[in-house]
Amino acid sequence: MNTLRKTWHPYISPFDPCTPIKVKTYSTPPNLYMGFQPPGLEQFTPMEALRAGTLWKAFYDPWYSPYEKAREGQ
Amino acid sequence: MWVYEKKLQYPVRVSTCNPKLAKFLIEQYGGADGELAAALRYLNQRYSIPDKVIGLLTDIGTEEFAHLEMIATMVYKLTKDATPDQMKAAGLGDHYANHDNALFYHNAAGVPWTATYIQAKGDPIADLYEDIAAEEKARATYQWIINMSDDTDLNDGLRFLREREIIHSQRFREAVEILKEERDKKKFF
Amino acid sequence: MKQLPADYYQLLEQLQAVDFVLVELTLYLDTHNKDTEAIKQFNHYAKERKKLRNAIESKYGPLMQFGHSYSGQPWNWDDAPWPWQV
Repeated sequence: MNTLRKTWHPYISPFDPCTPIKVKTYSTPPNLYMGFQPPGLEQFTPMEALRAGTLWKAFYDPWYSPYEKAREGQ
Repeated sequence: MWVYEKKLQYPVRVSTCNPKLAKFLIEQYGGADGELAAALRYLNQRYSIPDKVIGLLTDIGTEEFAHLEMIATMVYKLTKDATPDQMKAAGLGDHYANHDNALFYHNAAGVPWTATYIQAKGDPIADLYEDIAAEEKARATYQWIINMSDDTDLNDGLRFLREREIIHSQRFREAVEILKEERDKKKFF
Repeated sequence: MKQLPADYYQLLEQLQAVDFVLVELTLYLDTHNKDTEAIKQFNHYAKERKKLRNAIESKYGPLMQFGHSYSGQPWNWDDAPWPWQV
């Protein structure tokens, strides 16, 4: 597992009216790769876990809006 | 029976008076893959599922009600003091005409919640696969709502809810493995 | 109108954090019922939550009812604010 965001390249027609999106992405969250969770996985502290939405680091896969990413980039 | 606790599961914050976001968010309140549908789906299926996974359906179903309250809180905060004009400008004029600023179980397009959103086939594998699909669909819905929201505080709560879908999906996948009864034959504890 | 002090939000978030660990461990144990370490951790945090819950209730009133919390005088279960209002 290298990345949880996979990409694909849709066909682009010369007659597509909207500006083409050349690369599309989709999410493949950690649960798809885990199998039956093994015991003793590394944990967050309780406060970190609440903020992350999971107790186990291996499942943490946050989603940000384009607005948030743009602010981050500034 | 169920007992209510006077606290949210997660400290929900909303930073802007933005009824437009409430219109999108209501999808997770009364939509097909929303928290109400999730809670009712799992708590109904548990009566006919093998004993080994009833606990899981009960607990996830119960957590979904906590998520329903979080969504309600977000919608409430986003519309609390919004004027009729603000509601109208946000595309909530149709909603306001019928409900004022009250919450209602409908989706983002105003279609009322219906029991046909949920399934109970009585076949444990069919039901658990439905549950896994429901969690992935809810995860996707949160992604699309987050994509349209510029409110970092709100997105913080929505990210929590999206992460919970990932965990629930994981547990339902494990429930399928338990029902396959192959795990005990291997070296797992 | 009286508003809740910063201390309320802090205490509440501590309880939310501990309760979240308990939710996570509950779902995990539903599919891993023989993980003794996780059960130990669960019981540890169950004890923690009692302390935090008592700390909040002694200052800000009952968190649960139907007899799962004691009542003050007069009956203070239905005092505002409610969770979506804070």
